[in-house]
Amino acid sequence: MSVLDWFVLLGTMIGIAAYGTWRTRHTDNLNTYLKGNHSTKWGTIGLSVMATQASTITYLSLPGQAYENGIAFIQNYFGLPLALILVCAVFLPIYRKLGVYTAYEYLGQRFDQKTRLLGAGLFLLQRGLQAGITIYAPAIILSTAFGWRLDLTIIFTGLLAIIYTVTGGSAAVNLTQKWQMAVIFGGMITAFVILLTKLPPDATRIAGVMGKLQAVDYTPDLKLRYTFWSGLLGGFFLSLSYFGTDQSQVQRYIGGAALREGRLGLMFNALFKIPMQFFIVMLGALLFVFYQFQPDTPLVFNQAAWQRQVQGPAGAEFRALDEQHSVLHAAKQEKIRAWSAAQAGHDVAAEAAARTELAGAQRASDALRKAARDKLYAAAPEAKKTRDSDYVFITFILTQLPPGVIGLLVAVMFASALSSKAGELNALGTTSTIDLWRAFRPLAAHDEARNIRNAKWFTAFWGLFAIGFALFVSFAENLIEALNIVASIFYPALLGVFIVAFFLKKVGGTAVFWAAIATQVVVLAIFFADKFSPALAIGYLWLNPIGCAACVGFSLLFQTSLPEHKANADK
Amino acid sequence: MAPPPEKTPGDNDAPGVPGFHTWRGVYLFVFGCFLLVVFALTLFAHFYA
Repeated sequence: MSVLDWFVLLGTMIGIAAYGTWRTRHTDNLNTYLKGNHSTKWGTIGLSVMATQASTITYLSLPGQAYENGIAFIQNYFGLPLALILVCAVFLPIYRKLGVYTAYEYLGQRFDQKTRLLGAGLFLLQRGLQAGITIYAPAIILSTAFGWRLDLTIIFTGLLAIIYTVTGGSAAVNLTQKWQMAVIFGGMITAFVILLTKLPPDATRIAGVMGKLQAVDYTPDLKLRYTFWSGLLGGFFLSLSYFGTDQSQVQRYIGGAALREGRLGLMFNALFKIPMQFFIVMLGALLFVFYQFQPDTPLVFNQAAWQRQVQGPAGAEFRALDEQHSVLHAAKQEKIRAWSAAQAGHDVAAEAAARTELAGAQRASDALRKAARDKLYAAAPEAKKTRDSDYVFITFILTQLPPGVIGLLVAVMFASALSSKAGELNALGTTSTIDLWRAFRPLAAHDEARNIRNAKWFTAFWGLFAIGFALFVSFAENLIEALNIVASIFYPALLGVFIVAFFLKKVGGTAVFWAAIATQVVVLAIFFADKFSPALAIGYLWLNPIGCAACVGFSLLFQTSLPEHKANADK
Repeated sequence: MAPPPEKTPGDNDAPGVPGFHTWRGVYLFVFGCFLLVVFALTLFAHFYA
């Protein structure tokens, strides 16, 4: 990166963090510290909700995923607008009416202390681990691409988020997220426009014929990962869990000047989330077209790891793969041009023949790419910690963008890491203070200064825990994927508890508590079922509706089967 | 100290968005936009894929 890039990167990152710290340095009101400024408007809430959800993975990895597998991932967001409507209509008014700081505080009021602790415990467990991943995932990609030290990248990102989150709490998080989103939008749109200037006129048609634009798939198959049905139903329950019961999101919209501001902030997300994600996946699909016409398209995008092998003792074998790739790549370019010419000439038979030839060339290219990655992973197992597709967009940024814009795009990656991490730390500190510390020290609830002091300590603790965890997971292989799956396993039971709380007024605390435990067992059993019989495998999104339905069913069952005084003991 | 419960407007209170008198109207609009987006994506996939 040039001096100008460093200036843009550090200027935006440190500037926004310093601004947030300075503006909120006198926050001494518990309500403001935990819920944000009372005058916050819907625009800030909407951007804050969006910033918390979209981490660096969204901007860095999603284009790479679309480059590899097309834009079908967009279907995962189909349930989101419907879930947000339900959160607006049911969840948010109740949270505000009761004046709770956390979603789990509501469970305590509706059920009992043990259900509240169960909800808070599930949240702290999964979100605490996720907070480590939030900084680890981008740090390993950026440090590999730029040759930076991984540990220093993690520590810098983590400490920057800790400083302003501890100082100003929710008010600082909302304020900084607004400016970070401005950097993110500015950077991503700039990159997209520059990419458009480098594409052939029929780029979209080429992406389509090469299988990258299958946006919607109505096939009713539970085993397919991305379909309209899994996205609509599974995505609905996943989004409902995340936006309705995950404190990192609840905290973003629970404050604000009025109920209206929170609702409009959520509706802003319901309207613009799918178009925003479409823009990101289209960026990936168009990057795919761009790299079809580049003479120096790499066989493996993680060039730092690849070049080490090329220059190593087995370099001849890796260079041979590179040469093979050059031949295949040139042949594929010819086939794309042949298809374009046939298509422009409206020659149906020639177009069909060229399409078949092109598909064959793509299969050969994919097979070589897979062989190259397997060889790289065998020679350098540490390269398996990230997917090669994660390096597609960053390679484009580093090789195709002008000085200054590179710094802006790297700032996008750091801004997204900081914004989602700050939201998580803020929620972890709040839940620890309100649902754990205050639950065991009820007399301390009246000492506002002590509450803020503790919230700050808890926020700092979780920040340091996340940094420590991120430094530790760098030694573990494929842990990111495993932890993402673990997190998705816990959501269904938690959502089930909230659905019972909102809609089944007759169910008491003991019944729902044991229903949540039973649901967790069922979800785990379904998740691991494919280990015993591959025929039982289902896409992980389906765990959400199944788990939620199981929790509701178990709650009703336990409520009717438990002795009445026990089932309603804590209602 | 827990903040006092705020006076919460009901679901039918005006959302204060030009053209919308109730929240139900806002939700229907958002739902309609969602259907439109899915329809547009289906057409897009049909046309290009």
